[in-house]
Amino acid sequence: MSVTELRPRTPAETALVQLAEAAGSDEDARRGAIEALRREGLPHRRVEAWHYTDLRGLMGRRLGKGEAVEAIAANAPGDTGSVLSPLVAGSTVVDLDMAENANAPAGVTIAASSDLADWHESPNHLDRPVDTVRLVNAAFGARAATITVAEKADLTAPVELRSGIGAKAHSAVKVNVGGGAKAVFVERIEGSGSPAPSSAVSHLTIGDGAEVLWVIDQAKDETAAHLGQLNVSVGADATFKLFLLNAGGSLVRQEVHVVTAGEGSEIVMRGVNLLKTEQHVDVTTTLRHTFANTTATETFRNVLMGGHGVFQGMIKVAREAQKTDAKMACNTLLLSEDGDFSAKPELEIFADDVQCGHGATAGEINPDHLFYLMSRGIPGPQAKALLVKAFVDELVEELEVEEALGAALTAKIDAWLDASH
Amino acid sequence: MLEIKNLHARVAEEGTEILKGVDLTVQDGEVAAIMGPNGSGKSTLSYILSGRDDYEVTEGDILYNGESILEMDPAERAASGVFLAFQYPLEIPGVATMTFLKTAMNAQRKARGEAELMTPEFIRRVKASAAELKIDMEMLKRPLNVGFSGGEKKRAEILQMALLEPKLCVMDETDSGLDIDALKIVADGVNALRSAERSFLVITHYQRLLDYIVPDTVHVLYKGRIIKSGTKDLALQLENEGYAQIIGEAA
Repeated sequence: MSVTELRPRTPAETALVQLAEAAGSDEDARRGAIEALRREGLPHRRVEAWHYTDLRGLMGRRLGKGEAVEAIAANAPGDTGSVLSPLVAGSTVVDLDMAENANAPAGVTIAASSDLADWHESPNHLDRPVDTVRLVNAAFGARAATITVAEKADLTAPVELRSGIGAKAHSAVKVNVGGGAKAVFVERIEGSGSPAPSSAVSHLTIGDGAEVLWVIDQAKDETAAHLGQLNVSVGADATFKLFLLNAGGSLVRQEVHVVTAGEGSEIVMRGVNLLKTEQHVDVTTTLRHTFANTTATETFRNVLMGGHGVFQGMIKVAREAQKTDAKMACNTLLLSEDGDFSAKPELEIFADDVQCGHGATAGEINPDHLFYLMSRGIPGPQAKALLVKAFVDELVEELEVEEALGAALTAKIDAWLDASH
Repeated sequence: MLEIKNLHARVAEEGTEILKGVDLTVQDGEVAAIMGPNGSGKSTLSYILSGRDDYEVTEGDILYNGESILEMDPAERAASGVFLAFQYPLEIPGVATMTFLKTAMNAQRKARGEAELMTPEFIRRVKASAAELKIDMEMLKRPLNVGFSGGEKKRAEILQMALLEPKLCVMDETDSGLDIDALKIVADGVNALRSAERSFLVITHYQRLLDYIVPDTVHVLYKGRIIKSGTKDLALQLENEGYAQIIGEAA
């Protein structure tokens, strides 16, 4: 009998461990993670990093019960790959449970690996001694891969990363972009509701002077749970751009943790969260400025027809990171009384010559704008739709991406808006 | 065209009465100027005509071509031919000007049961009107009114008016913030639209605008009522004597 068993597990925690155990045959690689998951359980609202997303309470009804465990065990060895058409014509599509170097374009190597993210520590400064997203990822036996982009490579087409489905919907990818290279990655997180959550943990290392746009296109089925974590290191004079689109899922936590690894790095983060009905979507970010002369702008816009949205944004500026210029904003449009949004911006500044700011707003459609459009003959519902679209499309424009990719992202947003008002 | 009868209106939220029995008739093709000191209710009148729901009509009626428009929302009024040129046109980030123009024109056409404008014809019309108002097409690639100067915003209002071809144009202090050159361009744009089927309600503080847009009638609005009506000479008289004389006579 174990003496570390401090409290009884909730049915959700028990079910999650059973699902993890059933998710594959390579027990040894993930036994430690399963044990830790059994021991630590799921975080709850008294764990500060999960205060607004009480996984212990929220995960329960998103998990399958008894027969689901059998189903996932039966399904585990040979799932068929997901069928997704590329977001942008001409993209390189990489299945993360793939053969080595499959589809790799020139300048890129792709290798399967057994290198899972280290769950013994968390980039969340207010989390427990284990990292929940990484722990779930490892416990479910994430498919690990390493992608390397050669120095000075200029990838013309986006590289789209797709997880598997079912038991294979867990990926751990390490992406190393060489100095001076240019690349666009698109994480496609799609798929129907599964009895178990899906997860994706990515580590992106951007070499000096390189430019990377990373797009997370989360469009899970409305019953699905997903835990995502992107860890980024931005080299000297390198540029990291993020576009995060949450337009699906029942329970979603997407973390983005960025640290500078040299002077002059530039970080541009934009995100759109579209919520309705009973969705719970949490975006948690940390920006750690550890070198001088780095800049960051971070803007999230949220449209709520219902559901619960969360934004936690931390900017940390180290003592030596003088001349940091970092701005963070979270703007929410509440279109229904059924929706709510919690925003928690945090600044922790130890340098004395910096410009940092944050702002959070929440409100309805500006009645002056609505009146102006209607006074030109645009009917109320159409005028509202135009204003909501403008509110979020602006972020896509600010990103200044290739036209085809921008159009694809805008089309995804439009499809959600058209289906939701 | 327009018949305002004993119109009483108040601010919906706090109940302050602004209009206290306005009576005004504007004939087809007439250009009527509304003048009056600050706080007399001029802008309120323009908002109420276009259907802004911040105001509540408590008494009286507005007849447009013989029918009450009080139950119509702003979009319905616009589609039936009412246009308000704003004193302070709004900047709307994220809405491309051309998209806005096309959406508005086609929404009105749809409401009137007309076929939608195809893109080439739409572009042709915009180019023609923009050229007359000396508006650079590059400016129209920006989001609606965003980064436009005061004069550009006013010209953009007249551009919208020209494209939407309204029957009743309400112009709220169109001259404010314009230098003399911009004022001439705007006035020329308005004069080009004058016709026997189109009426104008020109709201202004100053007689200056009326040198360029010459009105058929002039009405003085004071404390929520029309206290004097006359010809364009009344505007000149106001310019010379101020409002005090007329207010004194009416009291």
